[in-house]
Amino acid sequence: MGQNLAAGIGFRPLQAGTQPAYATPTYRSTALRAPFSAPISFPGSLTETTGPRFTPERFPPLTDLSRVEGHDAQGQRIIVAGTVTDEDGKPVPHTMIELWQANAAGRYRHPVDRHDAPLDPWFHGAGRVFTDAGGRYRFVSVRPGSYPWRNHKNAWRPSHIHFSLFGPGFAQRLITQMYFEGDPLLALDPIFHSVPDAQARERLVARLAIDLTEPEWALGYRFDIVLRGRGATPMEA
Amino acid sequence: MPSATAQQTIGPYWHLLEDPQVADLTRFGAPGPAITLQGRLFDGAGAPVGDACIELWQADPSPSELFPGFGRSGTNADGWFRFRTLKPGPIRGCGNATEAPHLALAIHARGLTRPLFTRVYFAADALNETDPLLSLIDDRARRATLIAEPDGDHTWRLDIRLQGARETVFIVF
Ligand SMILES: [Fe+2]
Repeated sequence: MGQNLAAGIGFRPLQAGTQPAYATPTYRSTALRAPFSAPISFPGSLTETTGPRFTPERFPPLTDLSRVEGHDAQGQRIIVAGTVTDEDGKPVPHTMIELWQANAAGRYRHPVDRHDAPLDPWFHGAGRVFTDAGGRYRFVSVRPGSYPWRNHKNAWRPSHIHFSLFGPGFAQRLITQMYFEGDPLLALDPIFHSVPDAQARERLVARLAIDLTEPEWALGYRFDIVLRGRGATPMEA
Repeated sequence: MPSATAQQTIGPYWHLLEDPQVADLTRFGAPGPAITLQGRLFDGAGAPVGDACIELWQADPSPSELFPGFGRSGTNADGWFRFRTLKPGPIRGCGNATEAPHLALAIHARGLTRPLFTRVYFAADALNETDPLLSLIDDRARRATLIAEPDGDHTWRLDIRLQGARETVFIVF
């Protein structure tokens, strides 16, 4: 036996409507990619209750996306900050957050992105930040532009930043998108609306935070993130 | 307390994060015989999925400075993904059950609104017959979607089908 630890405990059941359905007809690409069969339910063992650890030594932080080689990117400079907690409200310390986004014109530095909007030599659009001991994170970037995506006629994504997080357990893996308060495209976006529950959707929208805003420099936005919690009932050890 | 933050698709531009080295879990010099796990990812029309992000995690051998236990492989235009890692041993599961050697996979892609989780077992391992997860799947053909077959020297192959008649078994926790 490679491991001889006490058996793990499962995860909290997901609350209905707070996570997107795989099959979302208004999001066309799900048609051939969403499984037909229901997944099998399994409490998870050591494999799913443990997960990878990333260190700043091996995965160096890149917390200012708004500058490249000393040059400022085009666009509205922003500060994004918040906390990462679990469903019990407990902070998740020293965890890695990966970030990627389009530039201020709505263009990704990516070979597949053919949108007719300019690339910015001083914006790459990928970042990496670690939470501190209290589960807090912060990074600097520019507000990404909207971009068209051909899902339907005249489809434009609302401004968003992609987030990737790892909890202590592999089953807590979270990939999401942060949106901006007041963006009128949110009402029209099938990806945002793939989440049925309106409150759960609203929690994907970062709020302008004047306390995070730095005078004469950058607007602040707050975005708090919650990772799935562990189940309350330990399985038989 | 609020529920977990909603997932949103990884989309087509996640490669901004990609470091191909991360698909090789032996890159820090982990001792022990290495294996290759490879396969192709297909959609419901049988077409290769060329823009997915597949992540691998294993609890055995125990992660260490030399062995991260975690890997990430993109799929190429033909749907191929490929990892290099150490073959896991059995682990202890719930209720003192023994779990057969396996790897965990999370699949992220444009058109997947949230990750799909599955596991990879190894053909001809006697422990497969009593594995607690495999035992939940009565249909032998469905069970086979989680079992990698030998594919040359120290190489294992498992194809993943997102949708349709030969759809892979996915797992929720
Ligand atoms: Fe995007």
